[in-house]
Amino acid sequence: MMERIPILKLGDTLIVSIQGDLEDQGVLALQEDLADKVVMTGARGVIIDISAVEIVDSYIGRMLATIADILRMLDADTVVVGMRPAVAITLVELGLSLGGVRTALDLEKGVALLDHVRSTPR
Amino acid sequence: MPVSTVPFIQEPPLTVQADAARRRIEELLRAEEELILPRWHAIAKAPADELREIYLALLSGFQEGEDLTEVRGALAELSRSRARQGHTPSDTARAVFGLKEAVYETVERDGTAEALLGFTWFSRLIDDLGLFTFESYASAREKIILDQAEQLLELSTPVVKLWDGIVAVPLVGTLDSARTQVVMEKLLQTLVDNGAEHAVIDITGVPAVDTQVAQHLLKTVFAARLMGAECVISGIRPQIAHTIVTLGIEFGDIVTKASLADALAYMLRRRGIEISQAERPRIAVRTEHR
Repeated sequence: MMERIPILKLGDTLIVSIQGDLEDQGVLALQEDLADKVVMTGARGVIIDISAVEIVDSYIGRMLATIADILRMLDADTVVVGMRPAVAITLVELGLSLGGVRTALDLEKGVALLDHVRSTPR
Repeated sequence: MPVSTVPFIQEPPLTVQADAARRRIEELLRAEEELILPRWHAIAKAPADELREIYLALLSGFQEGEDLTEVRGALAELSRSRARQGHTPSDTARAVFGLKEAVYETVERDGTAEALLGFTWFSRLIDDLGLFTFESYASAREKIILDQAEQLLELSTPVVKLWDGIVAVPLVGTLDSARTQVVMEKLLQTLVDNGAEHAVIDITGVPAVDTQVAQHLLKTVFAARLMGAECVISGIRPQIAHTIVTLGIEFGDIVTKASLADALAYMLRRRGIEISQAERPRIAVRTEHR
C-alpha cells in the first residue's frame, strides 16, 4: 500500500509538501487526490512544495505540468515552490520548462503570488 | 610537481664487450672531469655550478648501477631555473646535448675501440636526458596553465546583491560550458540563500556571444524561472545584439536591457519600488557671443 502525500487546506488554498523523492505511482496518486480535493473544497489555489525533493526525472517534471493543467480546468492556480537549483538545472537540461506552472522561491512567496494572482482578474 | 618519467630505451642484456665499453666511458668521465667540465661549460653557456651538479649526479648514478633519479632531479631543476630566466626549452636541451660534444673530444683523444663503442651508448643516454628536460619544462608549463584556469574560475563568478531581493552576476571574459555551469549553479544557489526573486545577468564584460553561450544563458534564465525567480540579461552591446539577431537566437520573452542601470531600474519597478529624484538644482548657462 502506497503512502499517500498529505494535502493540507488553508483557507481556500491547498498545500502539499512532498517529502523525499517522488515515485511515479506517488505522483499519479497525488494528481487524483488533488483533483478530488479541489472539487470537494472548492479551493482556488494549490501550492506544491518540492524543497525536499532532490531528484526529478522527465516523467515527474511532465506530471507537475499536467497537474497544473488539470487544476486549471477546475479553476485553481498551481504554484510549485522551493525547487532546488540542481533540480531546476536538470529540468532545463531535459528540455522541460514547465510552461504554465507558476513557481516561487518558497512557501511564503508562493502564498503571496497566489494572493496577487487572485487579486488581478483574469 | 609530478614529473613524468621518460621511459628509457630497454637495454638488451649486457654483453661483456658493451659492459667494458661503458666502464671505459665512466672511467674517462671520472678521470677527465677537469677537462670535460670546462669544455661543456664553454659549449652549453649554462651556469657552471649547475652543470657540475648534474655531472656529479651522473657519475654517482653510474656508480649505483645507472640509477638516474638524481640526475633527473638536477635536470628538472636546471630546466626550471632556465625557463624562469627566459631560455627556451630547446636552449636547455641543447645545453645538455653539449655534454656529448665535450665528451667526444676526450673519447677521440683516448682513441680506444671501447671508448668509441661506449660513446654511442653514452650519446643515447644524453639524448634521453635532454628530452627529459623538455618534458619537465612542458609539464611545469601545463601545471601553471591548469592553476591559472582554476583561479580564473574562482575569480570570475561573483554574485552581488544589488537590492533587497535583487542579485546580479557581472560576467567578465569568455564564457565556456564549464564556466557557465559554475555561474549557473552559483546564481541559483544565491537565489535560494538570499530569497531573491529577481536576478540580473550582466554580460558587459563578455567579448563575444555565440550560439552555445546564448544557449547557456537561456538555460540559466529558464532554471531561475523554474525556481520562481525572474532573470534579466543586461549589458548587451550593439555588436552582440547584432550577432544574436544574425545567428537567429530566440530570446523569447526574456527581458533584455542595454545597461545594468536599466536592468536595475526595471527590477525595482517590478518590485513596486519607486525612485524619485530630489528637486534638481538649477544650473544657469550663459553663452557669450564674441
